[in-house]
Amino acid sequence: MTLALLLAAALTVVCVLVVALPFLREPEPESDELDELADDERGRLEALEARDRALAALKELEFDHRTGTVSDEDYWAQVGPLRREAARALQALEVAPQVSPATPRREDQPTRERS
Amino acid sequence: MPELGRAALVVTLGLSLYALVAGAAAAHLGRRRLARSAQNALVASFASTAVAAAVLLAALLRNDFSLEYVARTTSEALPTVYTISAFWGGQEGSLLLWLLVLTGFGAAAVSMNRAWARDLIVWAVPVFAAVATFFAFLLVAVASPFVTQPAPPDGAGMTPSLQNPYMLAHPPLLYLGYVGLTVPFAFAMGALISGRLDERWLIATRRWTLFAWAALGVGQLLGSHWAYVEVGWGGYYAWDPVENAALMPWLAATAFLHSVMIQEKRGMLKVWNMLLVILAFSLSLFGTFLTRSGVVNSIHSFTESSIGPWFLAFIGVVVAVSVGLVLWRLPALRSVTRLESPISREAAFLYNNLLLLALCLAILWGVVYPMLSEAVRGEAVVLGRSYYDFFLRVFGLPLLLLMGIGPLIAWRHASLRSLGTTFRWPTIVALGAGLALLLLGAGSSVPGLVAYTFSAFVATTIVMEFVRGTRARKALGASSWPSAFTSLIGRNRRRYGGYVVHAAIVLLAVGVAGSSAFDSVAEARLTQGRSMTIGDYTLTYRSLEERQVANATEIRATLDVRRGGRDLGTLQAGKNAYTIEQQVSNEVGIRSDRLTGEDLFVIAEQIDPDGSVYFRVFVKPLVNLIWVAGLVFLAGSLITLWPDRREQRRLIARAGEVGLPATPR
Repeated sequence: MTLALLLAAALTVVCVLVVALPFLREPEPESDELDELADDERGRLEALEARDRALAALKELEFDHRTGTVSDEDYWAQVGPLRREAARALQALEVAPQVSPATPRREDQPTRERS
Repeated sequence: MPELGRAALVVTLGLSLYALVAGAAAAHLGRRRLARSAQNALVASFASTAVAAAVLLAALLRNDFSLEYVARTTSEALPTVYTISAFWGGQEGSLLLWLLVLTGFGAAAVSMNRAWARDLIVWAVPVFAAVATFFAFLLVAVASPFVTQPAPPDGAGMTPSLQNPYMLAHPPLLYLGYVGLTVPFAFAMGALISGRLDERWLIATRRWTLFAWAALGVGQLLGSHWAYVEVGWGGYYAWDPVENAALMPWLAATAFLHSVMIQEKRGMLKVWNMLLVILAFSLSLFGTFLTRSGVVNSIHSFTESSIGPWFLAFIGVVVAVSVGLVLWRLPALRSVTRLESPISREAAFLYNNLLLLALCLAILWGVVYPMLSEAVRGEAVVLGRSYYDFFLRVFGLPLLLLMGIGPLIAWRHASLRSLGTTFRWPTIVALGAGLALLLLGAGSSVPGLVAYTFSAFVATTIVMEFVRGTRARKALGASSWPSAFTSLIGRNRRRYGGYVVHAAIVLLAVGVAGSSAFDSVAEARLTQGRSMTIGDYTLTYRSLEERQVANATEIRATLDVRRGGRDLGTLQAGKNAYTIEQQVSNEVGIRSDRLTGEDLFVIAEQIDPDGSVYFRVFVKPLVNLIWVAGLVFLAGSLITLWPDRREQRRLIARAGEVGLPATPR
């Protein structure tokens, strides 16, 4: 009984420490704001997704045509619109606001040395 | 140490509640450290649940009958492996396993996607925590596995039919499947609440959904084999409500896995996919409710308990809140493209989705109808096998055909002329196979013949896809045919792993059609030395033996088996009388023909004091293909689940381009 209670107390203490860890590691952070994507970043992310989607569709069409799953007739009917879609996606990406790549964010910064 | 187990569960409840409240507050207020603290609470809740699980496992292994749960589910004589399986053999233990898997999956899913979907995870954490809080609350306040009592000299033992090796894997796999569906649900809800409705929630959960779906599929096949060899009624699937409870979320998840491809490739069906995720998760909760509430009478269900109303209320809240969120975000979920043609791959996937959903809802209606009729008319009207078989044929056969059509149609639009070219060989092979089978006498069952014909069609399309793909890879520079083949699969695991799963479904369809539409049965009471015949088989009852084993008395009738004048050896069938459990089980005799996949299946229905035995004998053609299908399904699932480094690199690069620093994990 006593051992069980001691173990239960130890478990509780460890769990509380784990939960409190972010506050213990950074008691006074420069900023405590969540690392959210800004509107321009979200717009760029969507443009990147559209680009990848279009390029993947083009790649799949090429492969399916090569294997014979897609006939010549269907291939020529689709390849033009798909290429235009990919070009549009790439163009949209060029005009989308640039985001400095991999700017170090707070959560990835090493923990500050504490005196 | 039941006190430690109880305390650990209270700690889990506290941590889950904290993760829910702090996680939601952090996401709403935009507080970074609080969000991280909530994520840590989710991870810690897994550790504390693991402590509770370890305490229960230790109590089971020590036969600590001062725990009510241990006394109710085990006995001194129970072999150790089944003592371990008693962990999930009872209601409270199975709920603890649910919570353990849930917190484990939650912690793992959060850790694995933290690098590139951080803003999404912030909202997924409180959703995970809400589900964990519900289960932790049940375990603390309603159905604790750590209730103590004055220890009786021995336990009540385990239901004999559960004393089977399959019980070591079948229930845990179903739990992995049920609980695994929480991951796509949590991320989908996170995406809805946060408004981050880009592709990331789909990518973050794709493999989790596949894993849950594969675990449910393999778990069900193991359960079917268990029913076949252990329950002793002569079949493998009885449309039992609890069996259906696992099938429904699997069907919904299958629909989701197909329709999600349309969203990824065409940006369509966003609302539909959200609804499918909600449906799959709600059905997994409903399945748990069916098994544990005692509302249905099933060999698989636990006795009536007090947790039913809690589950029902929770399912109601989940459905109401999640559908409300979908309605709230409806404008943001508009498709970016439209269906261009009814003859296209996305259209085929859509038809497949509608059929899967129709089958799922027909089964759901069959499950809830007895409950509704009892509530309304005071009498439970059970919909029998013919109801389910009808809908399986109506929706299942077109689904089988679509499995062959879908992969061969182009995305966006396919011309009718190209369809003629593409489907020429599969159609010729299918019609040839159908005609040959008709001449061989398979016309005795039209649905069976149609299933075989469609299976031949699908099998041909799968072979064609692999052959053409390998040839294309070779032409693109692969050094040899084997390397072309492996590179084909390696470069698109999802597509070609999917084809392997399709091949498994074909084997399953052929096995089910053969064993159910073309089986035969014979019954006879035999005294020793007398014979009976079924098909080409002649069975002669030779002897009856009785022997005592650790926990039961085994009675076995031995039969000589001959086929077409050829001696095939002996077969034993009988009964086990379990001493402590005071129950009797059928122990069937099965002789499998590895070449044809056929089984001779013998049940000793009644053993009389004069030594005569009433035998029921089945011949089940091709039934073993069902179990082979399980292995092929597993192989296909593993191919699709295998991590794709190229895709991971692409995601990380994409995250980096928008300023999300992503460290590969």
